[in-house]
Amino acid sequence: MNKKEFDIKKLTSMRLFLPILCLLAMLVVAAFTIPGFFKISITNGVLYGYPVDVINRASELVILAVGMTLVTAASGGQDISVGAVMAVSAAVCCQILSGGEVSVTSLAAPIALAMLAGVIVAGICGVFNGLLVAYLDIQPMVATLILFTAGRGIAQLVTKGQITYIRVDSYMVAGGYIGKCPIPTPIFIAAAVVVIAYIILKKTAFGLYVESVGINGNASRLVGLNSRRIKLLTYIICGALAGVAGIAASSRIYSADANNIGLNLEMDAILAVALGGNILSGGKFSLMGSVIGAVTIQTLSTSLYAMGVSGDQLPVYKAIVIIIIVVLQSPVFKKFMAGLKTKKAAGGAAVEGGNQ
Amino acid sequence: MKRKVVSALLCVSMIAAMLVGCGGKDQGASDGGDGGEAKTEEDGGGSDGDVITVGFAQVGAESDWRTANSESMKETFSEANGYELIFDDAQQKQENQITAIRNFIQQEVDYIVLAPVTETGWDTVLQEAKDADIPVITVDRMVDVSDDSLFVSYVGGNFKLEGDKACQWLKAYADAKNISELNIAHIQGTIGASAQIGRTEGLEEAAKEYGWNIVAQQTGEFTQAKGQEVMESMLKQHDNINVVYCENDNEAFGAIDAIKAAGKTVGPDGDILVISFDTVKAGIEMTMTGDIICNVECNPLHGPRVAELIQKLEAGEELEKIAYVDEGIFAYGTDVASVTIDGEEYEVTEVTQDVVDGRKY
Repeated sequence: MNKKEFDIKKLTSMRLFLPILCLLAMLVVAAFTIPGFFKISITNGVLYGYPVDVINRASELVILAVGMTLVTAASGGQDISVGAVMAVSAAVCCQILSGGEVSVTSLAAPIALAMLAGVIVAGICGVFNGLLVAYLDIQPMVATLILFTAGRGIAQLVTKGQITYIRVDSYMVAGGYIGKCPIPTPIFIAAAVVVIAYIILKKTAFGLYVESVGINGNASRLVGLNSRRIKLLTYIICGALAGVAGIAASSRIYSADANNIGLNLEMDAILAVALGGNILSGGKFSLMGSVIGAVTIQTLSTSLYAMGVSGDQLPVYKAIVIIIIVVLQSPVFKKFMAGLKTKKAAGGAAVEGGNQ
Repeated sequence: MKRKVVSALLCVSMIAAMLVGCGGKDQGASDGGDGGEAKTEEDGGGSDGDVITVGFAQVGAESDWRTANSESMKETFSEANGYELIFDDAQQKQENQITAIRNFIQQEVDYIVLAPVTETGWDTVLQEAKDADIPVITVDRMVDVSDDSLFVSYVGGNFKLEGDKACQWLKAYADAKNISELNIAHIQGTIGASAQIGRTEGLEEAAKEYGWNIVAQQTGEFTQAKGQEVMESMLKQHDNINVVYCENDNEAFGAIDAIKAAGKTVGPDGDILVISFDTVKAGIEMTMTGDIICNVECNPLHGPRVAELIQKLEAGEELEKIAYVDEGIFAYGTDVASVTIDGEEYEVTEVTQDVVDGRKY
């Protein structure tokens, strides 16, 4: 009995306890309100079912959340330009593939080259953000606001204001399926990004450096870390990952839609970081928390679609659920609950005393 | 010290940005002026009033349709036709359009053509235009203003009629093919857009009248990505869908991808009939193959109609408040020859290679 209580306490005090609890709660609600939510079958040779949809559609958000977590941890601010950078990378990639045409059915350049170019351009956007934040000490929100506004304009310049269509099967692989593989490709891309990031953070000191820079940049510098370079590096990673997400999103619709790719996704990415139990002012972080946060957000969207909530009311439901989750995770609320628990315990003791 | 340097740098960059901004504008204005002068010279000293200046505040270039719309305007209001067009791309933002209109007023254009992003929020800036005695013609979408005199006319599609056309076609087709039960998945446009309101109304009225089931209804925000995501979800929820009613072509492309990914087929012999609107180039090509069974046109070639109105205004004539453009119905096969709405008969065009090749956009 005693041991069990101890275990629960240990469990609830774990970093990832609340994010996982929120996700589970969401899944339970979905399971009760949507018939067959967890049913997965093989249809048309591919995995088919809501859970697959959730993980598939969350891929871009997961990729963004990884980059956003690092930026948040190191600089204590967020990169709000990621959505626009997604559009830039998609635009560059598609424009190279189409060779300047609006709609093509054959490729003008090798896909790998075009994708690499897209990711590099996105990385350059990250360099720009990183220089402003790390070397000029500009507030991250303000520094990335520049590309947030200008990014889509740049993407439109690249595509000449058109939606560039690449109607070639091999380009649809990144957003569709690899050959006969029943699992959608975006899931592989997101998983690869998470695993690589996780290994780098665990096997090298990079994660530790990021945390120490986020907690106290000056102190880190005094112990010999180049805190500016580490901040810059996180922004470059964040930008490049936004590029990867942009290409996945563009491959889904085999086109570069400069106006809509990644629209409002930067806010969802920040939310994912927050839902993952990370402190938005920097310091210690949990990568897995952010990934869980991203999946939670997509679970919410997919369940709302499945419940048939009408389009005009969708944002309201989304907001309500998010407010609940954020409040549940807030330190003040946690303290309040803890206080309530001790009071209850005290009350229980008193009653027991009365019975005797 | 460092902070001072940073703030000084920021100041310098801001001033530079302002200079660049102003410089750009100056250049734009002088370009306009040059154009005017060049024209006058060509005219051999004719008065400047011969050239009608038109400011066009376009939404952006989000789709083929929009591009065709812009092209039509640029073609119609060319220098050769005696116009000067100042074109502004608002990149989907209302505040950009409001700024554009204010710039047009400052540049003293003769007419303002506005393709509004949204219906509401135009009162102030249109009042400014009215105070400056510049007639405003709205195209494509209506504006919702308290005072109707703020714009002289609306040019665009009759979205309700488009919805009716699609539904009448569906009714006739279902009768011809003996399809007794219609279970419709409805992918709406961006909620609140004129096109969404009209096309949704058309379907809902028809569904009530003919007893069709609208099994699911969700917004696809007029984009391919959302159309795909929403369709994916609907297919899992309802197994009996046999018609998808998409409110534009981009949504239809996404929906068709989702249907095919789920192992179902589209087309006349398939599981699901896809109805769409707008008839952009890729849309009409898919109508030829039957992937989209019926595609109701939303004609983007507004230029000539707007020019006609401007010529009428120049001649001092009164205008009708609403000037609809002619819009066709394109379908796969010849099962339905024409549809009748409110006593008026509309012909249905069978899409062939010639029809596709014959279209300008």
